[in-house]
Amino acid sequence: MALKKIEAIIRTEKLEEVRIALEEKGIIGMTVTEVKGRGSQKGILLEWRAGEYRVEFLPKLKLELVVDQTDAEKVIEAIETAAQTGKTGDGKIFISTVEDVVRVRTGERGKAAL
Amino acid sequence: MINTGDTAWILISTALVILMTPALAFFYGGMVRKKNILSTLMLSLAILAMISVQWVLYGYTLSFGPDRGGLIGGLDWLGLIGVGQDPNAGYAATIPHLAFMMFQMAFAIITPALITGAFVERINFSGFLVFILFWSTFIYAPVCHWVWGIGGWLRAMGALDFAGGTVVHITAGVSAIAVAMVIGKRKGYRKVPMEPSNIPFTVLGAFLLWFGWFGFNGGSALTSGGLATSAFVVTNTAAAAAALTWMLVSWIHKRPSVLGLSTGAVVGLVAITPASGFVSPLSALAIGCIAALISYYAILIRMRTNLDDSLDVFACHGMGGITGALCTGLFAEKAINSAGANGWFFGNPGQFYIQLITVLVVAIFSFLVSFVLAKVIDAVFSLRARSEEEEVGLDISQHGETAYSA
Repeated sequence: MALKKIEAIIRTEKLEEVRIALEEKGIIGMTVTEVKGRGSQKGILLEWRAGEYRVEFLPKLKLELVVDQTDAEKVIEAIETAAQTGKTGDGKIFISTVEDVVRVRTGERGKAAL
Repeated sequence: MINTGDTAWILISTALVILMTPALAFFYGGMVRKKNILSTLMLSLAILAMISVQWVLYGYTLSFGPDRGGLIGGLDWLGLIGVGQDPNAGYAATIPHLAFMMFQMAFAIITPALITGAFVERINFSGFLVFILFWSTFIYAPVCHWVWGIGGWLRAMGALDFAGGTVVHITAGVSAIAVAMVIGKRKGYRKVPMEPSNIPFTVLGAFLLWFGWFGFNGGSALTSGGLATSAFVVTNTAAAAAALTWMLVSWIHKRPSVLGLSTGAVVGLVAITPASGFVSPLSALAIGCIAALISYYAILIRMRTNLDDSLDVFACHGMGGITGALCTGLFAEKAINSAGANGWFFGNPGQFYIQLITVLVVAIFSFLVSFVLAKVIDAVFSLRARSEEEEVGLDISQHGETAYSA
């Protein structure tokens, strides 16, 4: 039993494309959170009344999925392809190992709870 | 002799101007950080309530009561005793004296509310209330009397201020600098980003101000005929010209923001205010363009200083008011309003000098008295919220509320 958690920071406007790409691979469940963050490029400049002001953190979405290890690569690939524009700010994907999962309704554990 | 058309227009105009204070609250509220939006709304709305009472009790008689030496109104109309349904022929011969009083109340309310943009996000609410009450008593009432009161010395000198470029915008705009100096800059000013909480609120506020300004300027004719119409037309024209100018200038620098266009519209409205009963539509176009350019660069300059006039009350209202008052001395025409005067461009350079003296007198008086009032009230009541109150935000620390659930 090996479970992987995939956390992907993506552009807000890419959510639907990513969702469709995952659904095509049979991946349905996920949690989406509105987050703010920045990468090495820092923030952006926005127009003030006259002149500009700097916004240091940009709105992004964070997707969290826990999947079986055998599905992990295709999930990563689907997100990477669907969320990519090639410009800075496309986001990052973090992969980690998950010890166990519990389905609250039935108490099932592990893969059966996914 | 009461004219029902005039009375109807003045009552409608009064309601329009009263709407401008909540409009201003949203105009300002949208530009502050999320944790201070309710506090910013509250500053304007508390003034609406407080000055409504002050005006009835003694504000009106100090401003418009029978003249005492050209400097202040006497206390004859304390509590509006003697201000009734019959007209006061000196101020407005065709509407009830009460209608004139009420129209003027709307101006007395919005003027101190304009200043609040200078000290948002760090003001101590109780000290603020005391400051505003004193400001209305010691700055608004005398200046209003000098310029608009019968026997007022600037009025007697021939100063032209149709709807309050000097009485409203210069007093508020210059006082803003004085208070900002006393209270100091916000924590993190120019170091941490201060993101506006809700630009759509600001835009809505700006265009409700535009709407209300038809009453502000149109109503200042105090009748409902040709002069009110002329003021109505030039008001819209100057606002549009300034909005367009602002948009184009910011486009040259980068991108045309809706916040910029809205600010430009307000600046145009400010600048046409003193001139609105004296100038032609073509002059209004010029006044709008000039005012937008001046205020645009005034904001850019302010942003490089350590003076945290947070919402640019001086750049928008102070500079807009000064531009408008001086332009009145250039563009005024007796052909528009026979009760006015000709400006420099119509053969009377003297009017420009009268306007210049008026601007200087009112600006210096407003600055000095505001500075002293703010210093004294800060020492006694504290004008600035405590450091931890400012950090957590004034909505929670001053008012025990939050605007948004998460």
